[in-house]
Amino acid sequence: MAKTILPASLDQVEEVTLETDILIIGAGNAGCFAAIEAKKVNPDLQVMLMEKAHIDRSGCLAAGMDAINTYMKKGRTVDDFVRWSRSQAGGIIREDLTISMAEHLNQPIEEWEKWGMPIKYEDDGEEYKSRGKWDITVSGSEMKPILAEKTREAGCKVLNRVVATNYILDGNRVIGAFGFGVRDGKMYIVKAKSILVATGGAAGIYKPYQADGYDSHHQLWYCPFNVGTGYAMGIRAGAEMTTFEMRWCATRTKDFNGPIDTIAVGYKTPMINGKGEKILEKRYAHLGGDAAPRFIRANVPMEEWRDGRGPCYVDTTGMTESQVRDMKYDYLNERPTFVLFLAARGQDIQKEPIEIYGSDPYIVGGHTASGYWVNVNRSTTLEGLYACGDVAGGTPNKFVGGCAAEGMIAAQAAAKSCEHFSSLAAISADLIATEKNRIYAPIFRYKNTGDGVRPGEMEERLQRLMDEYAGGVHQFFRMNRESLQYALRHLQILRDQVKYLISEDFHELMEVHGVIDRIDVAEVLVHHLLYREETRWPGWQTRTDYPEKDDSKFDCFVNSRLNRTTGVVELFTRAYEQMVPGDRLKP
Amino acid sequence: MPPIVNTKCNGCGACEEICPGDLMEVVHGKASCRASRDCWDCMSCVKACPRQALEIRLPYQLGYYPATLVPEVRAKEIIWTCKDINGNAETFRVKTRND
Repeated sequence: MAKTILPASLDQVEEVTLETDILIIGAGNAGCFAAIEAKKVNPDLQVMLMEKAHIDRSGCLAAGMDAINTYMKKGRTVDDFVRWSRSQAGGIIREDLTISMAEHLNQPIEEWEKWGMPIKYEDDGEEYKSRGKWDITVSGSEMKPILAEKTREAGCKVLNRVVATNYILDGNRVIGAFGFGVRDGKMYIVKAKSILVATGGAAGIYKPYQADGYDSHHQLWYCPFNVGTGYAMGIRAGAEMTTFEMRWCATRTKDFNGPIDTIAVGYKTPMINGKGEKILEKRYAHLGGDAAPRFIRANVPMEEWRDGRGPCYVDTTGMTESQVRDMKYDYLNERPTFVLFLAARGQDIQKEPIEIYGSDPYIVGGHTASGYWVNVNRSTTLEGLYACGDVAGGTPNKFVGGCAAEGMIAAQAAAKSCEHFSSLAAISADLIATEKNRIYAPIFRYKNTGDGVRPGEMEERLQRLMDEYAGGVHQFFRMNRESLQYALRHLQILRDQVKYLISEDFHELMEVHGVIDRIDVAEVLVHHLLYREETRWPGWQTRTDYPEKDDSKFDCFVNSRLNRTTGVVELFTRAYEQMVPGDRLKP
Repeated sequence: MPPIVNTKCNGCGACEEICPGDLMEVVHGKASCRASRDCWDCMSCVKACPRQALEIRLPYQLGYYPATLVPEVRAKEIIWTCKDINGNAETFRVKTRND
């Protein structure tokens, strides 16, 4: 492809103005299901997806997936699901959202199968092959290209390689989005009646431990190209956010930093420490042992290391030869290079167990509850804006099926709301000029001064700061008020330094906006971590200065909103509303 | 760590088209990865390459030389061949689409 020539000045940047009924930002799993659903609700609606990569392999499903972790099997009820999800999240979920999601969980998976994704069946041929309480095994290597095909067939328009940068606001109403083409360099101004954000969560806020190694910077569990843009655009526009402090820090395979459920859930291999003790059984029996809440299980290897009992493993030495082959088959459907990793270690896992470790923390609303505060139809606190998938908060344990289901729910409401608008609002020239300057300034700064800060430098500074002072894996996920205040001070310096960012080309310009977005997410995250003066989810959120849970103050949601007038992030709480009876800590 | 580009590459640009990180580009008629540290090992480019001109490689910090994992992409399945550092090979026939 011929390289795009950089513009000599801002007025040489071409503007592309587009109009659509529904704009979906992010064409991953949730975004694609939302797009297809919107077309089902009303085939006459124009649906457009703005995607920073290519729809065929964008988002979390790029490499594939080997399981669906939230499928309602025969005999299970919505209430069962709420009770399970609630207990896994330490008793804090939005029950209204979880109920509506659970009601839609199976539809996207069954459609996917109809569209061509292979799903294994039990030997009697009746039901999908089970891999745990809510899990089924799929052969999802090509599930994203299949979903992309269906999105195109539904008549949706896809803008590939367009990076969203900000919402277009008319007062408190979102009327579109700005972006730029990472391949063509053009500025995109897309006006819409309803806007759905489905950009995924945020990786790269914290330093991963593998980053010490040459070429390992993106050896992450979560998609490293999900940089938190949807959160950041919402924060900047004054949207209410919830529960950022419930971080997703997980047990992953050591060094490779890959998924572990494939082994631990799929083949029921116990977690053991350096002494060979079954950790959950021996040390966490009082919390449920193997059925302990997710954050307890996620924190196990790092706690064992800290207490001098590492390294830790999932004990694969009891697996049969055919189980090992099946496990590798599963990985080839989700993270094929894990099979290469074992080969590159010369590791026979029947003789040598697979080592596990903590991951770098992620902000990801499909696993924990971080994200936009939404109502039951997934509308955010900004008029005209809906959120679904990893970017939407309140509903942990969505995973792939839940994010798809949420896309469908959001699209139904977004499609309906289009009926109220006959025309699109006008956008002021000033607004466009301001954003254009914000987007492209680093190109001209590089051209004109040749000196400044590269986005990669700032990204590494941010990641080390967060790792050391806001509870990264090198600090065993622990933090206190003083360390968090230190983080906040330096985040403010970084924010001031944004004006020095430079980029040599449009790829680097994407990285510039990625690091700006990450700083905005990190700042809100640190405010949330400071506010919750207790330890509710050890590992996900460990305050060494408040080591106990404090139900008198914090049995509720911690929410935030940037005051756009003062520039201050304001924190407040919202009450928990229990709809499904029972002990919230028990499944 | 990114794919290694071998001599079969004819610069068709399929990898550039698909890479989710905008990392692959055709330079002087040949595929190249602009930042090996930013690759996620998703293998989208390797699967998309029509000439098996791309080979995935793990960062040396994580895995030793010269293990290989090669997919042969067919309409409804992928034949994966994995060779470990001791020369042992395994083959997997993975169904990717229903008939």
